Amino acid sequence: MKPGSLDCHQHMIEIEDLSFSYGEQKVISGLNYTVKERDFLGIIGSNGAGKTTLLKMIVGLLPASSGEIRLFGEPVRKFKDWERLGYVPQKNAFNPLFPATVREVVLSGLYNNKNLIRRVSKAQQQQCDDALEVMRIQDIAEKRVGQLSGGQQQRVFLARALINHPDLLILDEPTVGIDAETQAGFFDLIMHMHAHHHMTFLMVSHDIDMIKNYLGHEPVQSNGKINFYCRHSHEAQDCVEENLQHTLV
Amino acid sequence: MEILFSDFFQRALAGGLLIGITAPLIGVFLVLRRLSMIGDTLAHVTIAGVALGFLTGFYPLGAGLIFAVAASFAIEKLRKAYKSYAELSIAIIMSGGVALASLFFTLGKGYNADVMSYLFGSIYTLDNMDLIVVGLVTIAVVVVVTLFFKEFFLLSFEEDAASVSGLPVKLLNMLITILTALVISTAIKIVGSLLVSALLTIPVAISLLLSRSFKSSVILSVIIAEIAVVGGLVVAGIWNLAPGATIVLLLIALLALTLIGKKGLPA
Repeated sequence: MKPGSLDCHQHMIEIEDLSFSYGEQKVISGLNYTVKERDFLGIIGSNGAGKTTLLKMIVGLLPASSGEIRLFGEPVRKFKDWERLGYVPQKNAFNPLFPATVREVVLSGLYNNKNLIRRVSKAQQQQCDDALEVMRIQDIAEKRVGQLSGGQQQRVFLARALINHPDLLILDEPTVGIDAETQAGFFDLIMHMHAHHHMTFLMVSHDIDMIKNYLGHEPVQSNGKINFYCRHSHEAQDCVEENLQHTLV
Repeated sequence: MEILFSDFFQRALAGGLLIGITAPLIGVFLVLRRLSMIGDTLAHVTIAGVALGFLTGFYPLGAGLIFAVAASFAIEKLRKAYKSYAELSIAIIMSGGVALASLFFTLGKGYNADVMSYLFGSIYTLDNMDLIVVGLVTIAVVVVVTLFFKEFFLLSFEEDAASVSGLPVKLLNMLITILTALVISTAIKIVGSLLVSALLTIPVAISLLLSRSFKSSVILSVIIAEIAVVGGLVVAGIWNLAPGATIVLLLIALLALTLIGKKGLPA
């Protein structure tokens, strides 16, 4: 996170009276919610509940039927500071036969509206090396992404999302199609990042047990078939330290 | 063999070498975005423009180029109208192109031999003006792809991620489609409209089997296309065959060899 770039409890995402319909079918109706700095918001819902629709509206991929979404105080349609936001898509969003190395994919996290046309600098190559190292994937940097395991691919996409040191990380069902053990490892990794690096997270998931385990058993809000679970990083740090104490005893 | 040193063959070779750069350079983005059929569609529309050029006395390649660019805009427009059925736009424009071409063919009688060279390619028809147009298109394609290489990479790898990075996705899509129209309309005089999409797709299909990185697959596609273009033109020149056919059959032979070689390699 960029030091001093955020006020305490800044509003990262503001959702105001948001509605969305597919034809006659209302998926989201009159939703109001604010994600504050250092929150970890888990959005849970069954297939077709509208959670991916909501996420697509938040990142500006889909226009709302009515209402407004603001990112860092700016309406999403006018938002320009995309480097402040990291995005981890669903695993099936990319073509596994695509000829791209891990390094090429991680580096693509730097390709944004502010770097248009410019060549990749040495400093950016170093940023890429750092992101590879943080995710412990430097050994597979020259391998083709489609040939990696599901868990390794998720680390690649996480490295790509983190390369810009974003303030807000958005994850869309990051563990779909990954075995249970790798899923648990992935959750541990992002929970650790939330607790110790004070980033703000928004994660869409269908894995209710994993979300409840970390974000608490009661949803903070519901809208239709979508439930919101939230935890602030102060609480998260306590929780992680508590777990550590138990382990030491 | 004398034919290989003739002016018209040298022109065809120069044009072919340039098209061997531009076709796979654009083809790689089309194939990876599963838009290979756009090449065929624009080729059919280009032929309608060429036929109109013959009918009206307007420079045929220029008319084909204008038709192809107009069709590329129409495809983008239709893709927006039928978001969930993007392939519909390709089917509509392709059939519209064929319909227009056959209309112009039947209106203008007596130039069928010329039109044949646009359908299957020819080493005899490329004149100096055509060579200048191919050269300008090559410069445009190489410059735009070099400038936007990393943006085109992200767009092809994952369009949603490109949008969330704030890249001008609509503009980049439009650029790729316009460049495709330019490449196809200039390539059809050598390869022919019925076979031009093979030059955009088969070199890429081969490189996908052999490359690990995106950059290496782009470079390898260009090398493969150049081998096929030079080899195909020489064979066509010596035995007086349609170069479109020899280039494409050579590409298919290279693809078959690669597939056999890959099967023989340990996993």
